[in-house]
Amino acid sequence: MARMKFLCDAERCIECNACVTACKNEHEVPWGINRRRVVTLNDGNPGERSISMACMHCNDPPCAAVCPVDCFYQTAEGVVLHSKELCIGCGYCFYACPFGAPQFPQATNYGGRGKMDKCTFCAGGPEPDGTPEEFQKYGKNRLAEGKLPLCAEMCSTRALMAGDGDVLADIYKERSVRRGYGSGAWGWATAYGRDDRGGALAPGRTGTAGS
Amino acid sequence: MKTLRHLLLVAALLLALPAVASAQLYQQPGPNAPTSKDQVELYNPAQDQIVGRVSIPDSKLGVLVQPEGREWREFRTFWLRIVAGVLIVGAIAALALFYLVRGTIRIDHGRSGRTVPRFGWIDRFAHWTTATSFIVLALTGLAVTFGRPLLIPLFGHQAFSTLAEGSKLIHNFFSLPFVIGVLLMLVLWIRDNIPERADLVWLKSMGGLLSKSGEHPECGRFNAGQKGIFWAVILGGGALAVTGFMLMTPFAFTGISGMQILHVVHAVLAGLMIAIILAHIYIGSIGMEGAFDAMGRGEVDENWAKDHHRRWYEQQLKNARANDARRVDPRAAE
Repeated sequence: MARMKFLCDAERCIECNACVTACKNEHEVPWGINRRRVVTLNDGNPGERSISMACMHCNDPPCAAVCPVDCFYQTAEGVVLHSKELCIGCGYCFYACPFGAPQFPQATNYGGRGKMDKCTFCAGGPEPDGTPEEFQKYGKNRLAEGKLPLCAEMCSTRALMAGDGDVLADIYKERSVRRGYGSGAWGWATAYGRDDRGGALAPGRTGTAGS
Repeated sequence: MKTLRHLLLVAALLLALPAVASAQLYQQPGPNAPTSKDQVELYNPAQDQIVGRVSIPDSKLGVLVQPEGREWREFRTFWLRIVAGVLIVGAIAALALFYLVRGTIRIDHGRSGRTVPRFGWIDRFAHWTTATSFIVLALTGLAVTFGRPLLIPLFGHQAFSTLAEGSKLIHNFFSLPFVIGVLLMLVLWIRDNIPERADLVWLKSMGGLLSKSGEHPECGRFNAGQKGIFWAVILGGGALAVTGFMLMTPFAFTGISGMQILHVVHAVLAGLMIAIILAHIYIGSIGMEGAFDAMGRGEVDENWAKDHHRRWYEQQLKNARANDARRVDPRAAE
């Protein structure tokens, strides 16, 4: 089965923020929550690069490991999802996440942060697919409709790609060979290590034990 | 003529500029350019924190990758449980062993039946406010720390989630009475908790704790052990409160890496404080005959006072005689 991943080709990203806007619009994400953002490195200097970043759906997700209520799970396609029914809004996932993916609706209200929200790879949550409850909590479930995440679908330069990790890697490698250069798949070393599969939370296993 | 030469120079520079700029902006395929797919480096080896700029208002999202999360994860899922577990279980085991060896420390000549006032209502209010809050804070904190491996298998996810959410709320709100209690105790008791020479003598014999002969080194209102508890609560509790409040207001004082450190400090200190307070509870209850009366009724047995706080007892006696013999004289309670 396909292992779903994001790949942002930094040589192509023009920092138009269409992915950010598409995500907010598609999922009707509340104000102040950014499931995806575009980070520009070396801004204004030679070697400037922009990378669109969201949850990378890691092999061994740190968020799932540190969650005190064990509210995360990983689908058979490797998408890391969580249950807002179980989430207590403690913010531990935010400390552990290497990509700053978890977001909280209130940041300063005497420790009351509300339920965590993050990129779902347009795959909804534990509620039945396509229900209003699922949409209200997690946004659209495009994967269940046979569609890929909208951020990548919208990308005008095809910098941001979403889909089977092996296919994305192949496309990226071909591009790099034709161009003659590339700065690599940002975040992949951190999210997937050298090992594409495996780790404590193997795709398809729901919940984690022990850790 | 000179002006023209200058103009030409500027024009030449301007013409050369795009070439220089493009050479820097767009890496031309060089000798290292990949010629086949196998040579393309997919995994970016960068392991350090990468920070850039975002155009959205939430500027803290400019951090692209923060690898420190991994160390914090190790702490949260492994080391914290080891450290806190060893401290708490170790303290309980040590106290149980001590109880088996030494038993309850009795009053040398039994209770006299006469009492001396030791703690007024405000002293006891401060103590029990802090004590109640601390126990609630400790239990709720432990539920969030150890609940996943210990309680989820018992209650299931849904019930534990409700418990954890309640714990989080209670933990946050009980910080206020805790801080009020600690501040009150600081004001009330700091005068009697300044370290002095006699404390060294007390510490050398461990307060007579280890001697079966019942020899108690002389001390004032508080002995060196009580002074230790006082300063542990003031400094440890104060540090817990400061780190706790900083964690409660994310990004008000520090960023993610700061909060990771704050959490480590808060959690390790909490484990340490629980161990210390367990010992305090032990010696104030089953560990020593007559000790609980001080914070319970506010009055202690005369013989207990003579045993443990002779200098304080004599001072009280002198004061009572000097002032109002009728009202405060401990013998009047007979």
